[in-house]
This record gives sequence, structure tokens and C-alpha cells, in this order.
Amino acid sequence: MKNFATLLDSLAFQPQRGGKLRLIEAYLRDTPDPDRGWALAALTGQLSFKHAKAALIRGLAEARVDPVLFALSYDYVGDLAETVALIWPAKPGANRARELTEVIETLNAAAKADIPRLVESWLDALDPDGRWALIKLMTGALRIGVSARLAKTAAAALGDKEADEVELVWPGLAAPYENLFAWLEGRAERPAGIARAPFRPVMLSHPIEDRDLAQLNPHDFAAEWKWDGIRIQAVSDQGEKRLYSRTGEDISAAFPDVLELLPENAALDGELLVWRDGEPASFNDLQQRLNRKTVTKTMLRDYPAGIRAYDLLHQGYEDLRPLTFRERRARLEKLMAVAARARLDLSPLVPVISWDDLQSKRSNPPSPAIEGLMLKRWDSAYLPGRVRGEWFKWKRDPHLIDAVLMYAQRGHGKRSSFYSDYTFGVWKGAELVPVGKAYFGFTDDELKQIDRFVRDNTENKFGPVREVTHTAETGLVLEVAFEGLARSARHKSGVAMRFPRINRLRWDKPPRDADRLATLEAMLS
Amino acid sequence: MRAEQLLRTTPAGLYCPAGDFYVDPVRPVARAVITHGHSDHARAGHGAVLATAETLAIMESRYGQNFTGAEQPAAYGADTNVNGVTVRLAPAGHVLGSAQAVIEKGGARAVVSGDYKRRRDPTCAPFEVVPCDVFISEATFGLPVFRHPPTEDEIAKLLRSLKTFPERCHLVGAYSLGKAQRVIAHLREAGYHEPIYLHGAMQKLCDLYERLGVRLGDLRLATPLMKIPLTREVFKGAIVLAPPSALSDDRWSRALGDVVACFASGWMRVRARARQRLVELPLIISDHADWDELTQTVREVAPKHLWVTHGAEEALVHWSNTQGIAATALNLVGYDEEGEGEPPAAPEPAS
Repeated sequence: MKNFATLLDSLAFQPQRGGKLRLIEAYLRDTPDPDRGWALAALTGQLSFKHAKAALIRGLAEARVDPVLFALSYDYVGDLAETVALIWPAKPGANRARELTEVIETLNAAAKADIPRLVESWLDALDPDGRWALIKLMTGALRIGVSARLAKTAAAALGDKEADEVELVWPGLAAPYENLFAWLEGRAERPAGIARAPFRPVMLSHPIEDRDLAQLNPHDFAAEWKWDGIRIQAVSDQGEKRLYSRTGEDISAAFPDVLELLPENAALDGELLVWRDGEPASFNDLQQRLNRKTVTKTMLRDYPAGIRAYDLLHQGYEDLRPLTFRERRARLEKLMAVAARARLDLSPLVPVISWDDLQSKRSNPPSPAIEGLMLKRWDSAYLPGRVRGEWFKWKRDPHLIDAVLMYAQRGHGKRSSFYSDYTFGVWKGAELVPVGKAYFGFTDDELKQIDRFVRDNTENKFGPVREVTHTAETGLVLEVAFEGLARSARHKSGVAMRFPRINRLRWDKPPRDADRLATLEAMLS
Repeated sequence: MRAEQLLRTTPAGLYCPAGDFYVDPVRPVARAVITHGHSDHARAGHGAVLATAETLAIMESRYGQNFTGAEQPAAYGADTNVNGVTVRLAPAGHVLGSAQAVIEKGGARAVVSGDYKRRRDPTCAPFEVVPCDVFISEATFGLPVFRHPPTEDEIAKLLRSLKTFPERCHLVGAYSLGKAQRVIAHLREAGYHEPIYLHGAMQKLCDLYERLGVRLGDLRLATPLMKIPLTREVFKGAIVLAPPSALSDDRWSRALGDVVACFASGWMRVRARARQRLVELPLIISDHADWDELTQTVREVAPKHLWVTHGAEEALVHWSNTQGIAATALNLVGYDEEGEGEPPAAPEPAS
């Protein structure tokens, strides 16, 4: 456990990608099987322990520590694992610390009732860094700035290979990956025959600004709607069917209803959406299905998911990625002509006449589930990553309002010492009513300015929340950008914003000149 | 006289009405008792300042000779009569010259801790427990997540990193009063006798510490060596000490080459804090009491009333009440609750 804890700890403090790669590679090189394989599983998010959840850890800590002190500490630290690791009272003469493999095998084998006692004894035996690593490992949220892709890149480096080569064999492997390391170290053949339905790195786009358009020729580009779901890759390969997130995470288990729609032997790039009355529903509906390991019958019935296809990457034995978008699109249309069915269809192209014409279409999209347009070069091959100059996203302009900062709360994670979660309001008569919360959109420098303002203008403290001065004369006006507005019974103001964020700080504007609730209500109708 | 009447809070800071003086006032006043030289406690412009000779020397080094109308040096343990109130300074173990202010009248005693710590510090006198009726304690690290590890372990971590990365300069962010000299003294104790390089902002106070009898070994100014490519070579595998603000000022640190950014501070206990500052090697070394030291001190001082100031007051107040010691939070303003009591140093041009 000690070496694994040291690895996580140094990764957490290493800001550079290259540095992280070196650390992981060195760990994988120096650590024997099977410990290194379990570590790789942890770094790639492959571990899950049914009975070891955050609530269990919290319960153990609260049984040992005064609950008020625990709550104050958690509020300050902003991370459960770290709070527990630090606050856990030392117990001299506790048992020896366990090795990673032993911890994992014990957790997998233990009966639910035994787990609290086991975890407690491990926490006693470890130092604060070890406790932190153990809790991170058990609860599955490492948050140390290492993606699965980065960990695989480091593993691939053991055998001077590219991450894509590991990616290809990955779906057929299982922790602790002894056959993978044997192959990478040249001691065995490539793990074969099991790499069905692999993930292929996704091609991404750059945001485009209106002024960039003047440099581009509209005839070079295909345009299609950017649907407001999540980007996925759906692969079916000799009977094996898998659904991947755009980072390559296998999310098949939560979407059996999508898997059954897939045509044989094809790799589709598309948007995962929830369907309602034959049309894509709002992102809100899709959210009910996200971040789940499994899915219930009720969820399947109430929030049926499907795919709107953008691209075709692979068909039969043929890799289509080197072809141009024009050629791939023709192949996709041909496939979808026979494969389309309820909840699986083709994302239509939008004719490109001129940028101005496209601009007006973008401002009036035919569906509320559209968040803008995608522009793709007709002659673009499908390349991994964010390739410059090939694909662009052209999002709808957000709505803007000027609102007044009312309450602030300390953030979590890397912003835990700053007041970074803001509740803001608009005027209803002579009173401000809260209309939303935002916790991003600002620059680091703006965050410091707001934090300073909050500390200097605190009127009241309610636990972790500070009430900030907000009179007609004194207060901070925030320009808030948001994507849409819905009626809401849960909010006092009666409206709820979609994707609100801080667009600008209006130090120049007195609070009395901020927007009124009537302005928002007018947007609803 | 009741001990609770000895002191009260005012906008200028803690005030003793019977003796007509303030302790660590944040605004200019006629008569001040200053616990230690950090700039949020020791400000210029008071009519008269009662403090240890070391604290007065530190203030003079920072603010110049005319920082106050009248200097009143007091040795640890010596009584001074201030308008009928007895004031005595007791060591606080925070930085060189730091003191607690012991205030007595008519059998009642209040102690203002100033900033303090309980663990060993080779550069200053250790904290002295003074039993009292009212104890006014700081609470910078007043949460049970703050348990500073043994200082020797953190120094060993730095020395180990020097061995692992012998080609990289280790740039250690440390407050220029107290922390810097303490880190140097601990390094010397651990057998590190190489030259240690200083950012210009550190030099005056290191010289002063030496003059006051604290041996720091071979110290050299970094900036002149940073200007010439040939002499920049000395920074490979060397330790450079700079104020925390210089850590993020890469216009200054650029000439040091590939640096391991280290920061010696109690805040480094919390990962998110270290990551925010892009620290690669956090060194958990603090001149403030950690949670265990705070609770140990309250137990040993055993006051009838505990007043808690700057920092995380709530937790210590809660804990103290559960121990049967009546506690209140004093909302004193003007003290730095996030830093360890130092303003950012002025940036120093590299070349």
C-alpha cells in the first residue's frame, strides 16, 4: 500500500502531464505483478467495490470523531477521503499496513458485514497518505488528474508502444493485467483474439468564433446539428457490442437498450440522447441515465436512450477512419438507410449556403435539444484528438443577465480554500430573489477578486455559507450566461437556469441596475 | 476586578481599559504591547511599543528607526507596570522574540497568546504555560485535520528529494520572518552544510537573526548569481529560499532552471492547498500550533474562559465547551487568517 500511496501522492502534486507519465511508468516498471496491475486498474477506473462506499467511510470516521468537528473539517477540506485520512485519530501499535493486492482481494472476497471492521483496522495501520490512498481506491474517485488514457499511455511506454495499441487489446483484458505486462515487456505474444469491439480514440473539435469564419470557405465544410446529449462511440464486432464514452470509458452496462439497437460489425460515432415521442429529449432527461453502473426497468421505460449517428469509423473488416468525411458520410447514410429504427437514426446535415445563412439557422434551431452547429471539413480524415482546423463547434450564443451576488460557499476539490460557489439573484420589486447558482466561468484572477469581495463583505455566516452584502447600492453584479430557462417549482423565483456560469464581473454596475425577474419571465413565454 | 474586564475588543484590536493599552493593534494607537514581529501583529506608527528586544529589533529592521515614538524593551518574565496593570511577556515559541502578553490586575490574570507553537524550534525560546483566568488563543490551524508531522521528517523529505533530483534546484517558499531561519536551522541540524541561497527579501532578517545569536551557517544571496549563465550552475541540486510569492513568480525563478517547487507551511497538509500553488514538494512545517498542540495548551493553561481569535475559531470553541471550559470566538479583524502572517514580498527583478 505504501508504494501505491506514494505514487498517488506524487501524482496529485505533479502538475505536468509529462511528469505524471514518468511517475506512472516508473511505478509500473519497478513494482512486481500483481500489485502494479491492480494499481493500473485503479488508475484506469476499473475497480469497484460493492460494499465499500463513501458513506461507510464517513460512518467510520463519525464514530471516532466528534460529528461537529468532522463537519467543520469536511467543509474546510472539501474532500471526504482527505478529511477522513487527516482526521483519523492515530492508534499506536496498530496492525501492519497491507499490500495493495491483499487489500483488493480481501475487499472482493469479504462479506458485507465484515467490511467496516476490516477497513477500520487498515485505517488504523496506515499513515495519513496511506489512509488517503486506501479511501480513494475503495470509493473509486481518485481525482488526481490522471485519465485512463494517460495511465494506458504510461503502460504502453513500458514496451515502447503507443497508447492506441494498448487501447486495441484493452477491452479483452482484466485486472491485474499480467498478460498485458508480459506482452509489453516482450515476454509473451500480444494478448490476441479477445480484443473485440475496441474503442477508437475520438476526434474532437475546436470552438469557433464568429470572426474566424471570415477565414474559412463555406464550401469546404459540411454542417450538422450539435445535439445536446453526450458524445459516444458504439461498437459492434462479431456479436460483441459495446458503448464507450468519448474518453473510452465502457458504459455498456448502463445502456442495454442502446446496445440492442446497434447494427452488426460497425463502429458508430454519435450522440447519446433520451428519446421522447420520437424526438430527442432535453439533457435533463438524459442526466437521469448518466453516471450509473447499472439501470433499472423503470429507468429504461421512463428514459429510453438511443443514438443519433454522426460518423462511421469501422465497418466489417474495414477501417474507414483514413477516408474523407464525405466518403464516410456516404457510407454512414447507406448503412443507416437499412439500420435506422426507433431511437437510432442519422443526424441530418444542414445545407451550407453561406455563413450568414447558417448563422440564422443556428439562432433558430428546429429542436430545443440542439446546442449549436458542428462544421466539419468535407475532406477531413478521422483523426484522434483535437486536430487544428478540421472540425469546429459553433455553439448558440448564451443568454445573458446581470444578477447580484447574494451568497457564497467555499468550493470543493482544487478550489477548496476559495469562495467559488455563488448564489445570485435579480430584483422582484425592492427585493432580490435568488435565481441560480454558478461555480465556474470565471478566470483564476476573477476568482481571487470575488473571494476577496466575499470575505470583505460578509454579513452573515450560515455554516459553510456566507451571506454577502447585497443592497441597491452595495454589492457585486455578475453577468451570468446560461443556455436555457425552465419553470421550476423548486426555486423561489419560479425559474431554473440551464448551465449557468459567470461571464463577467460588473464592478462598474451598481446592484440597483441589475436585471429584474420580469426579464427572465419574458424569456419563458 | 474580574478577568473578563481586563480586555475587550475594539476596532483597533484588543484593548485593556484599566491600563489604557492595546495588544497587537491593527491601527496606530498611543500605547501598544506587541507579541511578535509578523506584520499583521506588529505595525508601525504607535506612540509607545512594549515588546521583547528581539521583536523591537525586527520591527526596526522592517519599518526603520522611527517606527514608534518610544521603545520599551521587556525581558521574558520581567514585570512592567502600565498605569497600574502588570504586563509580563512569556515565550510563545512562534518566532524569535515572540511572546505571550500576561496581563494582571487585582488578582485577575489574562494571557494573550499571540501566535504560538509547542514543538521545538532551534531559533527561539520554547512556549511557556502560564495558568490564567482568561486565555486568548490563536486558532490558525484550529481543525482536527491539521496535525503537523514531525519537523525532522519533513526536512528528511527535502533532503531525500535533493538526492533523487540532484540536477534540479529546490526552491523552497518560506515566510521571511521565522520560517526561513527555522528551516535553515533544521537543515543544519540534519547535517546539511552546503551553502543555502537566499532571495533578496530574506537577507535582512537572516542577518538580524545571526546578529541576535542564531547560527545559520553559509548563506549566499541568489540574485547576483542568477544573472550570469556560468554561476547559475551552482543552483543545480542546491536549496534556494524565497518568500512564497516568489514561487509563483516565474520571471524571478526562471533563471534557476528546472526547479522543484517546495513550500514550507502548515497549509501544505491539505492537498488542494498545495496543488493550488503548484507545489511539487509540500513541506508541512508550521510556526503555529496544530490541533493537538492547541488542545494540549488549553488543557494545560486550564483557563476559566477561553477566547479564540484568528483562524478556525468555531472548532476550538466547540471542543473547549465539550471539555467544560467556557469558550467564545472573538471576531478580531485585520489579522491574516489564510497566510501565516506575512504580506506578499515585493517582486524582485531577476535580470
